[in-house]
Amino acid sequence: MFGKPTRTGRALQYVALTGYLIFLGFPLVWLLSTAFKPPRELVQLHPTLIPSNPTVQNFVQAFTEQQLGRAALNSLQVSLASAVLTVLVALPASYALARFRTRLGTVALGWVLLSQLFPFVLLIIPIFLILRQVGLANTHAGLVLIYVVWALPFALWMLQGFVRNIPRDLEEAAAVDGASRLEVLRRVVFPLLAPGIVATALFSFISAWNEFFFALVLVKTPELATLPVALARFVGIEGTARLGPLAAGSLLATLPSLIFFAFMQRRLSSGSLAGAVKG
Amino acid sequence: MTTLAERPDVARSDGPRVARSRSDRLGIYLLLLPSLLPIVVLSVFPLVRGIYLGFTDARAGRHVEISFTGLANYRELLGDELFWNSFKIGLLWAVGVTVLQFLLALGLALLLNQQLRFRGLARVLAVVPWAMPPVVVGILWKLVYHPDAGLLNEFFHRVGADALRTNWLGDFSTALPAVILVGVWAGMPQTTVVLLAGLQGVPRELHEAAAVDGASTWHRFRNVTLPAITPVIVAITSLDFIWNFNSFGLVYVLTAGGPGGKTMLPMLFAYEEAFRYGNYGYAAALGNVMVVIIVALLAVYLRRRLREAN
Repeated sequence: MFGKPTRTGRALQYVALTGYLIFLGFPLVWLLSTAFKPPRELVQLHPTLIPSNPTVQNFVQAFTEQQLGRAALNSLQVSLASAVLTVLVALPASYALARFRTRLGTVALGWVLLSQLFPFVLLIIPIFLILRQVGLANTHAGLVLIYVVWALPFALWMLQGFVRNIPRDLEEAAAVDGASRLEVLRRVVFPLLAPGIVATALFSFISAWNEFFFALVLVKTPELATLPVALARFVGIEGTARLGPLAAGSLLATLPSLIFFAFMQRRLSSGSLAGAVKG
Repeated sequence: MTTLAERPDVARSDGPRVARSRSDRLGIYLLLLPSLLPIVVLSVFPLVRGIYLGFTDARAGRHVEISFTGLANYRELLGDELFWNSFKIGLLWAVGVTVLQFLLALGLALLLNQQLRFRGLARVLAVVPWAMPPVVVGILWKLVYHPDAGLLNEFFHRVGADALRTNWLGDFSTALPAVILVGVWAGMPQTTVVLLAGLQGVPRELHEAAAVDGASTWHRFRNVTLPAITPVIVAITSLDFIWNFNSFGLVYVLTAGGPGGKTMLPMLFAYEEAFRYGNYGYAAALGNVMVVIIVALLAVYLRRRLREAN
């Protein structure tokens, strides 16, 4: 973009890039290395970057001793339910938003931006009180409900974009051929919408999987805790040898979103989903 | 959770239409209902109620009477030294993280926009922190900062600078900068991706024309690139600021507000007030103050940008 830089210019660019690679990469390498270190290497006075006797013991331990396995299952359950529900609820509305201009639609989309402004403290207390009233405090169902609502504005925004990319002519052609409104949706719109549905479901899954604040406040029973909460409680347990299982659990907790991002890589680099996920 | 770059519509004629008949409109509302109902019940209503709670003496407990107290909470906040302290830290954190995040992300985006080797690796690495749950980012950096088993202290030992070894998250003077660095690391990827998308939208011809005119690299950056991506910059820095000011999980895991309240962000402070001491009304008042401050700061920032643009 800047034409041909001078030789020193190029060199400086590589120095800067190396700096970025170190800053971004080394903490990740450290997490990986800690996860595979046996306890003896974790407590040694001067830790090494590469474990000399790598082991998967930490992963086993994370699951057996710290109940991270149960927490992971809880997270999986909550995230899957949130993903499915979000799509089911968002699908009709996004179709309406994409195809018809209503004031309600504009307001709904405006809420996306506005809701970003408000800190969770303002929401959490009334939500906590509402859920307690209907007996959903301290349950996964209550958490799922919150996650669906939390994911909905963006899911709507995203999904209606996908609907808009389906040419209206296709629908009209099917209608002319005698297909009923429902058949048009089933035969024409939904198949073409599949990538959008997958993307929306994934987005909703990941935001539920990564969410911490609501899970921390709304679910009190340790057996019901989701993975981020279980990991955060794990941090409180002292002892350097404990760092191994902690790192192992953290790595596993990252896997779903890594897969999501790998899946979305192309879209991400084009910037169209650039604001999609924020922890 | 906002799409910054609008996806281009394939055909404008496929855009939304105004519903004509009455039955059409009814159908639309039926389609919207399953989405709008939960949003109203569990998002709009709680928000309004939360704002209201900020003007009451609500406390934890099942059968506590709530009474309207007007501005009493805010008068108390004004005299609350812990609040002022937390507020100052919150500003330092939000402004510090947002500015550093932006500068570093801009640098990286400019580099990634060049034909450099290892660009692919950098692109992947630049996205990974974004994919991590905030709790995991916190744990990851706890490992890096760990006084005995940490990467950072070991690095200083290896280069013979043992004097620099310290308990990064436990020391009064280093805790806040250490936490800010983590915030930058965690938020930089998203900002980089957005800025890169902005840079790739700058028309090549503009640069070529400027180059023909003999403009230096710096001049071209200052007069061609920067003006072209200003809207993107304003959007992402505003969002980053909001997100940073409202962030919670990262610092909760790293320091839980310690040592001695040195990293007690407003969100952590409000969380403690609400769920440790049960002062719902007071915590909600704090939330209200945060919204007002964010809006005020954004208004000043956006107005200045607008004036510069004119």
